[in-house]
Amino acid sequence: MSTKTLPGWSDTHEQSTAGPQRSADRRYSGLRSTARGRQARAAWILAAPFLALFAAFMLLPVVWSLLMSLTDTKSADLRTPLNVSFTGLDTYVRLFQDDQFFTALRNTGVFVLVALPLTLAAGLAAAVALDRGIRRFRAVFRVGFYLPVITSIVAVAVVWKTLLEPRAGLVNLVLGWLGIDGPAWLADTRFALPVMIVMAVWRNLGTVMIIMLAGLQSVPQSLMEAAELDGAGPWQRFWRVTFPLLRPALLLTAVTTGIGYLQFFDEPFVMTGGGPLDSTLSATLYAYNQFGNGNYDMASAASYVIFVLIVALTVLQFRVLRDKD
Amino acid sequence: MSTLSTAPTAHPGTDRTLRRRRIRQTWGQPWLYLPLAGALLLMIAPFLWMLSGSFKPEADIRRVPPVLIPTAPTTANYGELFSTLDFTSMFANSVIVALAVTAGNLIFCSMLGYALAKLEFRGQRAVFLLVMGTLMIPGLVTFVPLYVLVSNMQLTGSLVGLILPFLAGPFGVFLMRQFISTLPDELIDAARVDGCRELAIFARIILPLTKPALATLGIITFLGSWNNFLWPLVVAQNESQYTLPVGLALASSGQSFTRFGILLAGAMVVLLPVMIVFLLFQRQFVAGIATTGLK
Repeated sequence: MSTKTLPGWSDTHEQSTAGPQRSADRRYSGLRSTARGRQARAAWILAAPFLALFAAFMLLPVVWSLLMSLTDTKSADLRTPLNVSFTGLDTYVRLFQDDQFFTALRNTGVFVLVALPLTLAAGLAAAVALDRGIRRFRAVFRVGFYLPVITSIVAVAVVWKTLLEPRAGLVNLVLGWLGIDGPAWLADTRFALPVMIVMAVWRNLGTVMIIMLAGLQSVPQSLMEAAELDGAGPWQRFWRVTFPLLRPALLLTAVTTGIGYLQFFDEPFVMTGGGPLDSTLSATLYAYNQFGNGNYDMASAASYVIFVLIVALTVLQFRVLRDKD
Repeated sequence: MSTLSTAPTAHPGTDRTLRRRRIRQTWGQPWLYLPLAGALLLMIAPFLWMLSGSFKPEADIRRVPPVLIPTAPTTANYGELFSTLDFTSMFANSVIVALAVTAGNLIFCSMLGYALAKLEFRGQRAVFLLVMGTLMIPGLVTFVPLYVLVSNMQLTGSLVGLILPFLAGPFGVFLMRQFISTLPDELIDAARVDGCRELAIFARIILPLTKPALATLGIITFLGSWNNFLWPLVVAQNESQYTLPVGLALASSGQSFTRFGILLAGAMVVLLPVMIVFLLFQRQFVAGIATTGLK
């Protein structure tokens, strides 16, 4: 403030001179605070409906779930959910003593480690090919690659089951043309999980592609032309110019796809029910089966373990992929 | 890409390089079309199989080796779908639930999104972090308590139980807030100076400008609700509440499982509406992601 430089307005004389300044301040901030008050009131009116629904159907269940995992809640307590006894970490101890849960965690781990990089690479490749490679029929390819994303998993399951039929299915028919005797995909412990991985990549690469396409369009054309004039080849232009600029988009898709993949559930639920011999049992499917068996405590505990894993993976991805500056 | 006028050429003026340039300008990299077409065929093969299978008579479906194109195409599968499985009421339920959930998210998420993006109030940061934090929470964490809650509210016997828990999701808030933050503050300040009231600023000035984001959120929410199947599968108590995916899932695990023709026709009926919605709005959808997802 310019007044501060005037003699008599300095800090040491504050006691004697602050009077008029203060009252002016108060009047000013009074005006501001009614404006602020109006704004805050409007904000809370706008926020209230969402927050009411959010509190009832999100926050309450999240806390309730944690409490359930610390009690012995079963389906018999459905009508009297408060009439249960506190058992501390006992449910978690039982969870980690269950070999089936470890099988489920291992399957989920294999699924994420293989499917996540494959999905990101396939989606990125599709986006680059559509944005930089071709100029005609872009919309046709875009819609075709995105179609699995918008398709109900139940419809997908019906089709893939008939595709993978050992004798009457299309997959083994095509393999037969190549002289390969295709296996009974979903009934074979060696092939069931890889089938789930292929299905997941097929279903999700369209999402990655769309976000990457948006990212690619934000790369300035002038930058690419400058790099070309400087003698950079297409390969160099991609890795040195485009790829670093895509980092935020890549981070976004890696995080969201990772969160989805750790909750790997749909494919085994509709295709195999977790079999054969638990070879496609995922952690989320394990939790759901516990719910189905009435063990609400175990279901909640397993869900919370998955939640912790999701947070860990998200933090890790932010560390690895964020801008290094 | 390079243009004719600015880019240096190795052999300026020769006919062949000119022609090659012209091909690259209209087509891009011609060699890429073949692998891309192959990839496209792999991606849509299941849909072609679905389409072909839905018109196959039962004899064709069981044929070994399978036939790609039905020998005697028939619409019997579709007829049976609607006469025996009551797909009409399931279709109506799916539409009602999806529209209600979409309307709820568009209204509630844009309201909170505006408050978080442009208004100042105490607790703003806390509300934002709280809502965003739940994006990482797996659906199954809330699944069990939600089931206990909804069944104790006696809502498992009506469509309300399928709608209410999904009316206000955190993703919509994220999307709307991101989009509204990109709108200029001057717009709002000018309206305030003109004496426009706070809520009117939102309804009359901001909301019309958020159409692209609303379109994106609307499509995403509609698709998600249309395809949602686990919750309605568990909550819906009687056939009058079934949505399409529930009906299809139950049909495929019941005794009619071997009637693949009907199931494939059912899959087509589930897919067609969302495909039409997507084809109609895909331009807005992609543009919406471009402006909201990456800022």
